[in-house]
This record gives sequence, structure tokens and C-alpha cells, in this order.
Amino acid sequence: MRLGYVLRRLAFLLGVIWTAATLNFLLPRLAPRDPVMQKVAQLAATQGLRGEGFAEYVQSQKELYGLDRPLWAQYVSYMWGILHFDLGFSITNYPTTVNQLIAQSVWWTIGLVGTATAFAFAIGTVLGALLGWNKSPRAMNALIPPLMVFSATPSFVLALVLIYFLAFRAKLFPLSRPYSLFVIVDWSDVKFLLDVVHHAILPALSLILVSLGQWSLGMRAMMVTVEGDDYMTFAEAKGLKGSRLFLQYALRNALLPQITGLAVAIGSLVAGSTLVEVYFNYPGLGNRLGAAIASFDYYLISGIVFFLITGIALATFFVDMLYPFLDPRISYARGT
Amino acid sequence: MRGFFRYVGRNPALGWGLGILALLLLFSYGGRILIDPADAYALATKPDLPPMLDREALAKIGEMTTFEDKLAQLRLGLRHIFGTDTQGKSLLASMVLGTGLTLQIGAIAGAIGIGIGTVLGFVSGYYAGTVFDNIVTSLVDVVLTMPGFLVLVLIASSLADPNQMTVLTMGLVVSVTAWAFPTRAIRSQVLSMRERPFVMMAKLSAMSGHEIILKELMPNLLPYLVMSLANSVYGGVMGSLGLQGLGIGDRRQPYLGMIIWWIQYYSAFLRGMWWWILEPVTVIVLLLTALILISFGLDEIANPRTRRTV
Repeated sequence: MRLGYVLRRLAFLLGVIWTAATLNFLLPRLAPRDPVMQKVAQLAATQGLRGEGFAEYVQSQKELYGLDRPLWAQYVSYMWGILHFDLGFSITNYPTTVNQLIAQSVWWTIGLVGTATAFAFAIGTVLGALLGWNKSPRAMNALIPPLMVFSATPSFVLALVLIYFLAFRAKLFPLSRPYSLFVIVDWSDVKFLLDVVHHAILPALSLILVSLGQWSLGMRAMMVTVEGDDYMTFAEAKGLKGSRLFLQYALRNALLPQITGLAVAIGSLVAGSTLVEVYFNYPGLGNRLGAAIASFDYYLISGIVFFLITGIALATFFVDMLYPFLDPRISYARGT
Repeated sequence: MRGFFRYVGRNPALGWGLGILALLLLFSYGGRILIDPADAYALATKPDLPPMLDREALAKIGEMTTFEDKLAQLRLGLRHIFGTDTQGKSLLASMVLGTGLTLQIGAIAGAIGIGIGTVLGFVSGYYAGTVFDNIVTSLVDVVLTMPGFLVLVLIASSLADPNQMTVLTMGLVVSVTAWAFPTRAIRSQVLSMRERPFVMMAKLSAMSGHEIILKELMPNLLPYLVMSLANSVYGGVMGSLGLQGLGIGDRRQPYLGMIIWWIQYYSAFLRGMWWWILEPVTVIVLLLTALILISFGLDEIANPRTRRTV
């Protein structure tokens, strides 16, 4: 039964990746747009491409990207490429491949989203536990409306407000960029690392504030449920200390369902960070995507989107696999 | 009517949500009397003006004789009340028109999402276990695993010309991912309701499947459907804001997301143009908060037995 569940989940994962790959293949080809012609037109406009040899040039470009073959042949070679993690060339940055561009930017995104997820999870869970705890001061409930407003707002809109007040007005943080200008990139240098952290605080904060609501309100609801359980009444009757009741009885048991939230949160955080990176000029995948959209570099757009969808599907898969180990109340047998 | 107000008194989330939404609708549709729509487009007036009331223009209202002239003079006096952006658009006019445009996108996406979600959810829930149900459920699972926003980016950037998107196209694009969540939610509601005695009763009285769905199940799930509609409109507005925030869409039109995109394009925060940042952000936050509050409030009607989280 255990193996059956894992296999079913794996098949589903492959299904998601296949759907994403097929969408990536079909959408641009169904669309009435021609990325190669668009690039050629751009070249003609900016660099004065001459009339003769124009058709040959377009033809050679089409051959280069394999666009002159029948659709099914393109699909087969596309899927074959996907199997080898080959996402093709970037049109505007030829001969740089999409993979190289992703490799340059992916760590910034992982760093930003990873840190934001960790902080939002930790702060939100503790905050939610305190909000749900019946011995907390009533005044804490005043935090709920702002938490709701933050969680309803898109992170890039919040980012603008943070940039204006904290970076422009108070000058506490830099306005954009991953590290200061004219600084030597040296990852073993503590000063450089501190500079990177200093630059990452605002983008991370705009992601954290937005996801804080989800974590804290979910945790609050779980705490209220747990507090009604019999073992809580019993532990209280035994005369256990409040701190022990809170940490080891209530918080510990309310914590586990929070982890399922991780799978959903990663997806929305990645989508949020796409925009936040553009607004902070942060060199992650989102910023690349923004630049690719601006220059209509279709292969780069679809490559990044495919990479992110696959990455999120994998992350969700691992969280799903991890969950039954953490919470014995959940069994594999129940299925998806 | 009095019953409605009494109910809203006990359900503050719904009351606040509907109240804020009504204010925004008044701002957008009532505000159109006070603006000249042309002011929401580039080069309409002077660029980079901070908020100010044009007292001279207002003082001249008394000199005007006809009502039309007085109104035109009032519009002139008010056009800089929220300031202008770097392209010389009046922010008052932009936000009045933009709130309406963005809500229209949300409404289109919400209506399509709920329409498809209702049909698929009811049919697959009522006929659970059939081939149709299996197909729908797996499709929903796959779509929900993919981050919807990125799929929207992919679709929008393969359109013929993303920068020519009308409200309708934008609404249609955003609705591509809007149906999946309502389908799953409605299906699970139908699944639990299908076993209730009144459905058994209907079956025994030889009612057909679609009759039971339409006459027995749907009326009982109406509050739930309205709540899902509020959620879908929220999702549609979020999707359109995200796409426009990346510069996808018709950049000349004063959509709320486009106002945000231009802020970043012209680095308004580097130049201390607080009005250009804070005003549209306030409108967006109010709009989204109102939709979320309405959904919370309706949730209490739809699921009276669940413990409220807020």
C-alpha cells in the first residue's frame, strides 16, 4: 500500500511535468506570433538588415531553432530535449542557452524564496500559536486585521510601499540590486555576505509580510481546535506549567498540519517572488522572466516557466512524501 | 432590508467587505461625473504634479452660466487633486477608470470560473466514481499543482499582441486557471450533500439526475456558490494585477496593475513621488481586502457549523 501510494504520486508528478512541457510546446506554436520573424524585424529596425539574403537568413534561423520541420517531429525532439534538460537557446542572447541563463539566476531565487519561506513559517507559526492561546492578552487580537490586509495584497504592490518608506525615506535599506555597486564579488568574504543580506532584507520582507497571514491564521485555528482536546484538559488538571502546556502540548500538536501548507505556499511564493524580483531588480529567475517578456524571447519565457513549474511540482512531491513520516496520524493508505 | 442590516451587524466581515466595495463602486462609477476620461491618458495635463486643488479654476465656476460649463470647470479644478504621473495623466481620472476596468476583469474571470466550476463540480460530484468524474478530478489536480500565475504568463505572452489586450481578452486569459479551484470545492460539497436524506427522497420519487442537481442541490449550495464567486473575482483581480505588474497588457489603459507598472518603469520611488505610489496602492489594498472580507463573511453563511478562523 505504501509503495502503491508513492508510485501513484510519482505518476501524478510526471503527469504535471508532461502537461507543462506540452503546454510549453503547443502555446507558442498555436499562437499567431513568430518569434524568429519578430527577432529579424527587430534586427532590421536596429541594425539595418539589408533586403537581399533576407529569406535565407530567416530560413537559417528557423533551421537553427528547428521550426521548419513538421509539428510532430518538433514535438518529439522537444520532448527528447526536455528529457535531457535541454531547453534550447535564448533568442535574444544567442548562443547562450536557456539552461545557462537559468543557472545564472536560479540561486538568487532559491535563496530569496527559501529564506522568505523559512522566516514566514517560523514567525507566522509562533504568532498564530500565541493568537490562538487562550491565556494570551486580548490586545493581541488587534494584529489580526493588519495580518489579513497584508495577506490579501500582492507582494509586489507591498514592495513599492516598503521601497518608498524604508529605502527611500528612512534610507535603512538599499533600493534595489543584489549587492552594492563597485563591490568585488567574493562569496568567502564576510563583508560581501553581509552586503548581500542587507540587500535581500526588503525583497524578503515583502514576501514574508504577505505570507505571514496564511501561516498565523491557519495556526491560530489549529491551536483553538487542539485546546479543546481532552488531553489538554487533563494536562491542565495535572497542574502542568503554562509554558510546558503551550510549547509541548498545544504548539507541538497544532504544528503538524502547518507543514502541508508548505506545499501550497512554495508555489504562491515563487509566483510572488517573480514580480518582487522585477521590482527590486534582483537578479533571480523572475527578473530574467520579466526581461524575456519585455524582449519577447519566447524560448526563455517558456524555459523559465517550465523550470519553475517542474521545480514547484518536485517540491510539492517531496513535502507530500515527508508528511506521513512527520505525522503518524496520516497514513499513506488514504491516498491523494 | 432591515433584516439585511440586522444580519450584517452580526457578521461584521461581510458588512465591512460590502461597505468598502460599495464605496469603491461609487468612487469608480459615480466618480465618472467628476472627471474627463481623456485625463487618464498620456499627455493629458502637466507631468509630475503633486496633489493640489486648482482654486482658480474652482473660483470661476460662479462665472459660468450653463450647467455643462460649470461641470467642466469643476472637472478642471479637481483634475490634479490626486496629482499626476510622469506621462501627465491625472491620477484621479486613472484610478476612477482603473478601478472599474480591473473589477470588470475580475468579474469576467469570476463568472467564467464559477460557471465552469459549477457545471463540472455538480456533475462530477453527483456522478462521483464515473469516468467523467475521474477525468475532471485528475485535470483539476494537475491544474492546481501548477502555479496558476506562471501559466497565465505563458498564455498571455503567446497571444498575437499582448499589448492590445482588451478587458475581455484579459478576463478570458485570467479565467483559464480560475475554474479549477471552484470545481474541486463545489465537487466536495456536492459529495457530502448527495448522501443526505432529502436527496434520497428525491431519488425515490423518481427525479432524474439533472433535476436533482438543479432543484435540490443547487438551491442548498447557493451561499457557497456566491462565496466561491467572491473568491474567483479576487483571484481574477490578483491575476490581472500580476500580469500587468510585469507589463503584460495594454499599457495605455489605466488598469490598476498598469498604474503600478508605470510607477516602477519611471522609478517614482526614487523621485519621492509619494502620491503616485500610495494612492493606487491604497485603492488596490481596499479592493482586495473588500473581496476577501466578503468571502469570509459569506463563508459564515455557507458553513455555519465550521469554527470561524477570524
